[in-house]
Amino acid sequence: MGEFFRVLTDNGQLFVDGFTNTVKLFLIAAVGSLVLGTLLGAMRVSPVPALRAFGATYVNLVRNTPLTLVFAFLVFAVPKLDVNIDYFPSAAIALTVYTSAFVCEVIRSGVNTVAAGQAEAARALGMTFGQVLTLIVLPQALRAMVPPMMSVYIAMLKNTTIAAGFSVLEAGAIPAYMAERGEPQFAVLLWITIGFLILILPLVALQRFLERKWRVAR
Amino acid sequence: MTTGEPLIVLDAVNKWFGPLHVLDDVSLSVGRGEVVVVIGPSGSGKSTLCRAINRLEPINSGTITFDGQPLPAEGKALARLRSEVGMVFQSFNLFAHKTILENVTLGPVKVRREKPAAARERGLALLDRVGIANQADKFPAQLSGGQQQRAAIARALAMQPKAMLFDEPTSALDPEMVGEVLDVMTSLARDGMTMVVVTHEMGFARHAANRVIFMADGKLVEDASPAEFFANPRSERAKDFLSKILTH
Repeated sequence: MGEFFRVLTDNGQLFVDGFTNTVKLFLIAAVGSLVLGTLLGAMRVSPVPALRAFGATYVNLVRNTPLTLVFAFLVFAVPKLDVNIDYFPSAAIALTVYTSAFVCEVIRSGVNTVAAGQAEAARALGMTFGQVLTLIVLPQALRAMVPPMMSVYIAMLKNTTIAAGFSVLEAGAIPAYMAERGEPQFAVLLWITIGFLILILPLVALQRFLERKWRVAR
Repeated sequence: MTTGEPLIVLDAVNKWFGPLHVLDDVSLSVGRGEVVVVIGPSGSGKSTLCRAINRLEPINSGTITFDGQPLPAEGKALARLRSEVGMVFQSFNLFAHKTILENVTLGPVKVRREKPAAARERGLALLDRVGIANQADKFPAQLSGGQQQRAAIARALAMQPKAMLFDEPTSALDPEMVGEVLDVMTSLARDGMTMVVVTHEMGFARHAANRVIFMADGKLVEDASPAEFFANPRSERAKDFLSKILTH
């Protein structure tokens, strides 16, 4: 047991650096994919066929691509176009691009739970598409979106570990460093597991809070 | 009752749902202050006709003119037109996440950019007019169907529309609640509101309408005063329809 704790205390800085970058990646991609995913979702339910087609193409292209491939594209292919982005921003962009497709679909399914008559009544009052969406449809759709949205974000938090394969020092990179230092892998992996469980707890709490907050809005 | 140029003009309007010719060369004009009741068997296109007037249903050919202007395509101009045409739906469609008063003030505040205090004052007056001022702070699901539909009428009136469209406003109501909604509509008609009303309420057609339109199979079959239509329907379709609904 003492050995188990020693693994953490002897390598504290590495764990702190790794998980700090994991949290940074997560927060940047969470905000980025919420914005981009909402825009894509709005496109997919918009009255403009070209926007709907763009949204559908984006989702089908990105959602069906392995995340590792999206990372590889940004890290290896984009520099060939003489666009140089550092590893960390590349990872943040890859996660944002990928997660947005899932966020888009959660938003669209939430929108679909709101009766069509609600949007129709709003349009009949003279509201613009943006007003119909932000004042009438999305507030009612939020309730249905919370559980699947949290699943998307929890999956994204774990997906950050793919960045380790592309030269970003985050939690997923810790085992390789620890192997070099000759530390027991079992203890290392357990500590990383505990780290992720701790990071996911606030997300679970947030889900509970939002579900309660929006529970009886009628 | 009718003065000057008509408010709503449909000219040779056609619409298809796939192979179904749901509006077949429909021409109709509604004068200012006129109350036109549209009746007909289900599937005759009467709801589609009503919904085409504020372009909730786009048409395939023909023209629809409102207040001298052809109906705009999607966008800001269409939104502006819709704000001048009140619409009441069969299923009320009150905003489920807003209180009754918020339902009534949302349009004036967000679409017309009116001051919230002024919108609130008029909203409360309208709720009083339709007899549900004491329900202002409740949510739609807490009201009876009749109360919800009266709130929906108040919501439409809050925009101070030039005309009101009613798409089977009493069809989803329990029988004992039909009267309270028809009373509100009758008082609106008396006050000179231009109204297009799709309904099965023959009593309302008889006493509140200036004209009755009878539709069948997407065609406008008869256009007459209520007295004339109910006493002497000219077409076989109308005679058949009336015999079915009036014998009970």
